[in-house]
Amino acid sequence: MMKYFFTIMILLSFIAAAAMGRGEALTEAVLNSPVDAVNLCIYLCGGMCFWGGLMRVAERSGLTDIIAGFFAKILGGLFKELDKNGRAFKAICMNVTANLLGLGNAATPLGIEAMQAMKEEEKAENEATPSMIIFTVLNTASLTLIPSTALSLRIKYGSEDPTEIIPAVWITSACALAAALTGALILGKGAKKSAEK
Amino acid sequence: MNVWIIPIITAFICIYALVNKCDVFSDFLEGAEENLKMCVGLLPTLIAIITAIGMLRASGAIDMLTGLASGLLGKLGFPAECLPLALIRPISGSGALAVYEEILAECNPDSFAGRVASVMLGATETTFYTIAVYFSAVKIKKTRHTLPAALLGDITGFIVSVLMVNIFFGR
Repeated sequence: MMKYFFTIMILLSFIAAAAMGRGEALTEAVLNSPVDAVNLCIYLCGGMCFWGGLMRVAERSGLTDIIAGFFAKILGGLFKELDKNGRAFKAICMNVTANLLGLGNAATPLGIEAMQAMKEEEKAENEATPSMIIFTVLNTASLTLIPSTALSLRIKYGSEDPTEIIPAVWITSACALAAALTGALILGKGAKKSAEK
Repeated sequence: MNVWIIPIITAFICIYALVNKCDVFSDFLEGAEENLKMCVGLLPTLIAIITAIGMLRASGAIDMLTGLASGLLGKLGFPAECLPLALIRPISGSGALAVYEEILAECNPDSFAGRVASVMLGATETTFYTIAVYFSAVKIKKTRHTLPAALLGDITGFIVSVLMVNIFFGR
């Protein structure tokens, strides 16, 4: 996917620059933009490391487990097919908690473990089960409590109140999640009906 | 209230860990080091995407595209500056980051487009990447309706982010 995206962007800029005679500006962009990228990376690095460290503290102290226990109650209704004491469901709760706390690094391995456990528990061969679909959809929606990357860039560009967007982010991601889950449930029911016929 | 969210979370996590007899500092260093590696890992993608976007902007192609799209999008109330972000967000996380930075540099972070872009970035995820990672890890090829459902969520997120910025801050 990215190979097309990248090539199209470069090609498009070449054509546009040729059409408008902006060769000089284009050359300058090729030479200067990589430096901008390194600056951005350095800028983000501090915040990323700080949150990574803080979340590791939360994980080790058992705070993450407590939150995961709380989510088990909410998530139970979404994964009716799964054993609530099984490995799969536990991994799902941990993954959702990690996502919520912005522990991207911890969330992905936990998510993969959840997928593997679901595959075993539901004896899936090469087709996704409803639980797998709902779980993946949960992960494609953002469940972050603190959108730390957006915040650090807002600070960099001199926002007067960088954190003012947080409530709007929460409501928006809740709506996006609700839409995705509804979509998954409705499409799942439709597929089931057509399979029965 | 907003200004206290981050200090409260930070203090609470540290105090909770200390009460539970954790080595707060060395745990912190471990997590920080892991993310440092991740940050370095981001760099190649950032260089590729930021350079490509820099080229698009210098060539005038972005102005052309947003000019074309702004009429239609303007009627819908969607800021044209945020269109490239909506396009790249589901595909590449670091790519979206690069586009977001461009938007903040171009418009003010406290402008309408800057706020919408912030909410969009915070409230959505790298859909294609997530689906690819999870299903390839268990070697399942038929993902059935995962992608349409997930994309429905993304589109909803983009629309609601505009609505929310309107409600919270006005235009």
